[in-house]
Amino acid sequence: MASQNLQPVPEALSPEDQERAAQLEAEGQAYFDRVMSDDSRIEPKDWMPAAYRKTLLRQISQHAHSEIIGMQPEANWISRAPSLKRKAILMAKVQDEAGHGLYLYSAAETLGQSRDKMMDDLIAGKARYSSIFNYPALTWADMGAIGWLVDGAAICNQVPLCRASFGPYGRAMVRICKEESFHQRQGFEILLELSNGTPAQKQMAQDAVNRWYAPALMMFGPPDDDSPNSKQSMAWNIKRFSNDELRSRFVGMMVEQVRVLGLTLPDSEVRFNEETKKWEHGPLDWEEFKEVLAGRGPCNAQRLERRREAHDDGAWVRVAAAAYAEKQLAKQARKHAEKEYAA
Amino acid sequence: MTPEQTETTGHGDISVGVAGSGDSSASATRITPGNALRPEDIALEVRTGLVKPSEDVAEYALRLGDDALILAQRLGHWISRAPELEEDVALGNIALDQLGHARSFLTYAGGAWEKSEDELAYFRREHEFRSAHLFEQPNGDFAVTIARQFVVSYYQFELYRRLTQSTDATLAAIAAKAVKEVDYHRDHSAQWILRLAQGTEESRQKMIHGLKLVWPYVAELFADDELATRLAEAGAAVEPSSLKADFDRLTGEVLAEAELEVPQTPAAPGGGRRGKHSEHLGYILAEMQVLAREHPGASW
Repeated sequence: MASQNLQPVPEALSPEDQERAAQLEAEGQAYFDRVMSDDSRIEPKDWMPAAYRKTLLRQISQHAHSEIIGMQPEANWISRAPSLKRKAILMAKVQDEAGHGLYLYSAAETLGQSRDKMMDDLIAGKARYSSIFNYPALTWADMGAIGWLVDGAAICNQVPLCRASFGPYGRAMVRICKEESFHQRQGFEILLELSNGTPAQKQMAQDAVNRWYAPALMMFGPPDDDSPNSKQSMAWNIKRFSNDELRSRFVGMMVEQVRVLGLTLPDSEVRFNEETKKWEHGPLDWEEFKEVLAGRGPCNAQRLERRREAHDDGAWVRVAAAAYAEKQLAKQARKHAEKEYAA
Repeated sequence: MTPEQTETTGHGDISVGVAGSGDSSASATRITPGNALRPEDIALEVRTGLVKPSEDVAEYALRLGDDALILAQRLGHWISRAPELEEDVALGNIALDQLGHARSFLTYAGGAWEKSEDELAYFRREHEFRSAHLFEQPNGDFAVTIARQFVVSYYQFELYRRLTQSTDATLAAIAAKAVKEVDYHRDHSAQWILRLAQGTEESRQKMIHGLKLVWPYVAELFADDELATRLAEAGAAVEPSSLKADFDRLTGEVLAEAELEVPQTPAAPGGGRRGKHSEHLGYILAEMQVLAREHPGASW
C-alpha cells in the first residue's frame, strides 16, 4: 500500500539542520523561479513551493475525478446504442476516459498523494469534479452533444495544458488531447448523422445541443473578474489563457461548426466583436453553476452514489488481489531462500 | 529470464502469457492498421458479391455472432462499475473485442439473407437468436463474471484456433483475428481465477460459488447437432464436441493451480442454438433494441 504522504517532513530539526533546510529552500526557490522564467518544466523530484504542489494536486485530481465521473452519463447509453458500430465507438470512448483517469491519478501521485486517498476523497464528497457531469444524458443525441460540446470545451481547456509547467501533467495531457480530439469528432459525427436523419432524429439533436450548450460554456470556469486562482496559476505556467479568453475561442469554433451540422446554438447574442476581435455570447446563469458546484445539480447524488457503489462492491476484489500478491511475494522469497540454502 | 523462473511461471505470473497451444506471442493490439479485418471490409465483400455464405455457413456464423454479441452486451455493463479502474479498462476491452467479433460474424451471416449486422442485431426477436445460454447469464458479482469469462475464453480459444483452418475463407479470417484477442481474455480470466481463489477466504468462496453458477451452461457449448456436424464434415466448421478434451484439460490445469475443483453441477438442457432461451435474453434484447426499434429505418 502506498503511504498517503510520500515525502514526510521530519518533526523537529536541530539549528544546523534548520539552517541547512533554509538554504535548500532558498536554492530550490531560485531554481523554481528560473524554471518559471525560462518556461521550462518542473519534475516530481524537483523542489517546488508548497502552494504550487497543492494547486496542482487539486487541479490534477479534480481532472482525474472528472474523467471517472464523466464515464457515467455515457456508460448510460452503451447498452442502448442504436447501431453496433456506435456501440463499439461509445464503449471505446468510455474506456478511454477510464484510461485518462488512470494517467491523471498517476500524475497526481507524483505529487505525493495516493490514488486510494484521492478516491476516498471523491467518494466522501470532499473532492470536486467538473460540474458538467451532474447533468443527465437523456437521449442518444446527448452522446453527440457531449462529444461535440463537452469534449470540445475540454480540448480548448486542455490543449494549452500540454505546456503546463509540471512535467507529468503536461505529458499526460498530450496523450489525453489526442484521444479527446477523436471523441469530439465522433460526437460531431453523431449529431451530423442525426441532423441529416428523420425529423425526429434532427429534433433530438437540436434538443441535446440546446441543453448542453450553456453548461459547456460554463466548463471554462467563472468570468475572469470572479476567478481568484487564475492569476497565480498563470504565473506558474499552469494556466496559459484566462477563462473568458478560452470561452470566447470556443464559441467562435462552435459558431462555424454548428452551421455544418445544420443546427443552431440556443444563444441569440453570439457575435464577433470587431473592436476586441473576440467572440461574445449571451449571459450565462452563474447562479445555476454555483448551485450545481455546491452539490445541488440534477445528478450530483446519483453520480457519487454510483461511484461509491462500484467502489464498495469491488472492495473484496481489491483486498483479494492484494492478499494474493503478498502471498506470491512470500512464496518467491521462500523459494529464493531454499535455493540459496541448497547452493 | 532464467530456466528456473520459466518453469514455475503459470497463469500466476503476470509477466508471461498463458502457457498453452496458442500463439501467445502474437499481439492483438499491434496489428498494422489496414491489415486488421474489419466488419466494414466484410460488408464490402458481401455487397460487391465477392463472398456469399451458404445458408448453413450463415446459420453457423449467426451462432458465433450471437454468442459474442450477447456477451458484449453483458460485459459492457461493467464499464464504470468495475472493482478497479484497471478492470473498467480490461472488461471494456474484452467487451469491445467480443463486439468486434460479433459484428464480423453477423455481417457475414447477413450476406446470405441480404441483412446488415444491425438488422440482425436489432430487429430479430428472442427465438431468432442462436446464442448459447452461458452468454446470457447475468453478470452477478465480479467472481461470477470471471467464472463466465473463464469458460467463454477457453471455449472460444479452442474454437477459433481450429476455425482458422476452415475451408470458408471468411470464417477463417474472422477466427484468425479473434483467436489472438481471445488468448488475452484467457490470460485475464485465468489470472483472476487464481487471485480470487487464493486471495482471501471470502474471495475464494465467491469464486467457488461463481463457478458453480455458470457450470450448468458449459455442456451446451460442446453439444453437436446436425448443422455443426454437416459443416464440420465439409471442413467449414468445427464440431463442438471436438473441443471438449482440450477445454477440459486446460481449464482443469488452471483450476488445479488455483486448488479448485471442477464443479459437479448437473448440466442445464440449453437449446439456444434452436432459439430456445432462458428468461434473461428478453431483458437483454429489450434494452439493446429499444432505441433502434423506436426509429425503424433510421440510420445512426
